Amino acid sequence: MKDVKCECGHVNPHGTVLCEACGKVLDENEKKNPVLDMRYEGSARRSQTYNKTIIDKIWNFFSSVKVGVWLIIITLIASALGTILPQEMYIDQPPEVYYEEEYGWFGKLYYQLGFNDLYGSWWYLLLIAMIGISLVICSLDRVIPLYKALKAQRVTRHEGFLKRQRVFGINTHVDNDDFTVIKKHLKEKRYRVREENGDILAEKGRFSRWGPYVNHVGLIIFLFGGMLRFVPGMYVNENLWVREGETALVPETGEKLYLKNNQFILQHYDKNKDKTFKKAIEEAGEVVKNYQSNVILYNRVGENIPGEKPKLEAIKDYKVRVNHPLTYEGYSIFQASFRSDLEAMTFALTNKETNQSFGEMKINLRNPKSVYDLGNGYSVKLLSYFPDFEFGKNGEPSTKSRVPNNPAFVFRMISPENPKGETSFVAIKQTIEPSGNNTYKMSFKGIETKNVSGFIVRKDSSLWAIILGGIIFMIGVIQGAYWNHRRIWVQNKNGEVWIAAHTNKNWYGLKREIETVLTDTKLNIPEDQLQIEKQDKEVV
Amino acid sequence: MVTISSNLLFIAFILYLVATLFYGGAITSKKGAIDKKGTNRWGKIAVLLTIIGFISQLGYFITRWIAAGHAPVSNMFEFTTFFGMALVGAFIVIYFIYRTTLLGLFTMPVAILVIAYASMFPREITPLIPALQSYWLHIHVTTAAIGEAILAISFAAGLIYLVKAIDQSKASKRTFWLEVVMFSLVTVLGFVAISSTFSGLGYHEKFTWIDKHGNEANLEYTMPALTGPHEGKLLTKEGFQPLVEMPALINAKKLNTVIWSLMAGLILYGVIRVILRKRIAAALKPLVKNIKLDFVDEISYRSVLIGFPVFTLGALIFAMIWAQMAWSRFWGWDPKEVWALVTWLFYAAFMHLRLSKGWHGEKSAWLAVIGFVIIMFNLVAVNLVIAGLHSYAGS
Ligand code: HEM
Repeated sequence: MKDVKCECGHVNPHGTVLCEACGKVLDENEKKNPVLDMRYEGSARRSQTYNKTIIDKIWNFFSSVKVGVWLIIITLIASALGTILPQEMYIDQPPEVYYEEEYGWFGKLYYQLGFNDLYGSWWYLLLIAMIGISLVICSLDRVIPLYKALKAQRVTRHEGFLKRQRVFGINTHVDNDDFTVIKKHLKEKRYRVREENGDILAEKGRFSRWGPYVNHVGLIIFLFGGMLRFVPGMYVNENLWVREGETALVPETGEKLYLKNNQFILQHYDKNKDKTFKKAIEEAGEVVKNYQSNVILYNRVGENIPGEKPKLEAIKDYKVRVNHPLTYEGYSIFQASFRSDLEAMTFALTNKETNQSFGEMKINLRNPKSVYDLGNGYSVKLLSYFPDFEFGKNGEPSTKSRVPNNPAFVFRMISPENPKGETSFVAIKQTIEPSGNNTYKMSFKGIETKNVSGFIVRKDSSLWAIILGGIIFMIGVIQGAYWNHRRIWVQNKNGEVWIAAHTNKNWYGLKREIETVLTDTKLNIPEDQLQIEKQDKEVV
Repeated sequence: MVTISSNLLFIAFILYLVATLFYGGAITSKKGAIDKKGTNRWGKIAVLLTIIGFISQLGYFITRWIAAGHAPVSNMFEFTTFFGMALVGAFIVIYFIYRTTLLGLFTMPVAILVIAYASMFPREITPLIPALQSYWLHIHVTTAAIGEAILAISFAAGLIYLVKAIDQSKASKRTFWLEVVMFSLVTVLGFVAISSTFSGLGYHEKFTWIDKHGNEANLEYTMPALTGPHEGKLLTKEGFQPLVEMPALINAKKLNTVIWSLMAGLILYGVIRVILRKRIAAALKPLVKNIKLDFVDEISYRSVLIGFPVFTLGALIFAMIWAQMAWSRFWGWDPKEVWALVTWLFYAAFMHLRLSKGWHGEKSAWLAVIGFVIIMFNLVAVNLVIAGLHSYAGS
């Protein structure tokens, strides 16, 4: 493909619409328009020039703003659809039952369409990926030619270029003093004024033209950060339950960090103390004020020898609260939830008839003893223990898990008069005696619970990209939105003074600025050629 | 402190109302071009009243903050009033850029409606649950609301554009949709009117009903129940017997409120039409005859340009920072977050269409209207309807 040499001598790349240097219209089609299409300065963009190979076609597809806008709109609609019913991650039942049960046929359809996990679906991710690709290609397609064109522009412009600017005017009366006044005014308005052959080009805010590209780069970095998450090791997200008084290994830290939970604290607002909230608290019942775990973070010192207790060194004493995570070396530990677990149960060995007690025993539910000696010849053997009791399929007692949610015991109660012992099955709110007529019973005395703090352990090594992307994006939008690129040409043509102006946005502001620039001169205010047309129409 | 605070809000509200009348006066008394320097005396008074009102509302905000110990943006009433205040503030800023009182005539009624709507919610000062105890939350909510308010100015300007540009001499799709916009605004007024009427009367009726899990529950209506709850039994003597009973899946109480508001809106709209003898938009047309189309078009676009970065910062970036602190993840796809994303994507599309596809003028004005609808949807529906789906509370 050949480069195009303009009559001003500048060599333009193939596909250029307006000469980069003088602005002469090089493209025949563009000549027909009364007002030039100034987007991208009429520079040669790859997408407008090549359309042969499959790569050209893909390039052109993704560089089109039309396609970009469609991608945005489709993503927007898809995102909105995902909010009609709660997403799978917010429900605590199996989705195949939940949606139909809660929302009838509509819920079923929603589930069948896969909307229950919309934001994790392949097609949603594909949409986002396509937006990413589109961002990269459309920016590359435009930014380099635009940069070249803005850099190469000369002060003196071709007549055809000036005449076809949206804001344009001709003055037959020429007065050199006017130029001095204009220059002064332009400088006051912070224009950069360049002069050649007595012609003026005043320009300001060119850097705002890079705003969109800067913000797109920010978005690309942000999306890249989102993708990093899928790289193993970049993203840790684990639940960690630690009971009060215990120390637990923090997962995914290479067996380095340990967390001790000293105390869990739950506070409610008190309507008598927090008087301002009295009415609201009465309305709502109880309102939680604080969830807090007082913890100590430890570092293991020395080698990790299996079977041996690790040596720990305290590094941080911290109160983990909601909104105040404990952070250490990239790991953050958040207060996420809590529960209270059964810790111990106390029973008394009691004579059924006399109700006389022969001693109490406290069973540690997570570590029960096999024999409890109550003295004077009385003792209790624990034959079986079911921490999370249920009747199994064959009617046999069994346990669902090792967590003491619903403890049940088989006791053998030994007494001086009955040294062989009597057997009794005891679960919460029920007692079964295999022999049918025991003298003794285990009477329930009390229960002890212990708070368990639920933490989320998170390490997100992609966060830097997210933050960087966000910052760059913000810089870019502000750059593009709060400034605009304005140019004013004041040039001598055929013994007249021609004034033309261009801005990438906010024409009204530009026109007002020209009015101030031209005050105290005899020059006419140039007209908005599009505005005239519109007014004509309104009259008709 | 609390009483001072609510008095200041009331004063602000009245001032906004009076200011609106003056904006009307400023337009009708004016002869000649509007978009040049001249703001006439009526207009100057109107702007002054607006500013005093704004300061008074700022006083409400600060005193309530002191009373509560946290920024008052933590429940529907507080957030929505703040949004109304931000709307007025955004208008004041834009006014000093473009000096047009006409914008006030269209913005102030919207702000008034927003504040009136806000006061229909419980107004007690509420304590903050732990997740909300974060200054990032307050920064996030206020910045987001300011961003949305600036974007809403583009709606007001877009509305002016449409009122002026659309030919009202014959009915068309455009006149129809513009009238739908007007009707929606009237319906908000209808909701406010009907709610205040029944709450003024102290209307209450109690039901027991069976929810969709088969449990019996209590429910209290504050308006006569046209749509009754599932297997509802009226407990209040002389209460109104529901006309129809709803299945358990549908929130009968909210539906009831919607129906009452629509009826009130229809009646109000009907009355207005009978008085005006033409469409509302047609009646507004003479007010806008002096403004130039490309001038309002630019105000509309400019508000989007100013509002978009603020919105991004507040509704997305600050929200992510807060979410990272409170929930340990900066993004969690909850409905509120998703709708902020939807709003953001919409305005991104808007800007692309405008800059690259040349969608100026009327198309751009319609987009500004749609954008406002999305913002309102996020404010009203996502809080009350979608979020309500998760919690099975009957109110
Ligand atoms: C969510 C995604 C996107 C956001 C938030 C975004 C944001 C923006 C913003 C704020 C502008 C400046 C607009 C103005 O000043 O009025 C802009 C311009 C632009 N965007 Fe995007 N954009 C996104 C995606 C895309 C995509 C996918 C494409 C690809 C086709 C694209 C192509 C462009 C182009 C060509 C411009 C105009 C540049 C110029 O005229 O100098 N954008 N974008």
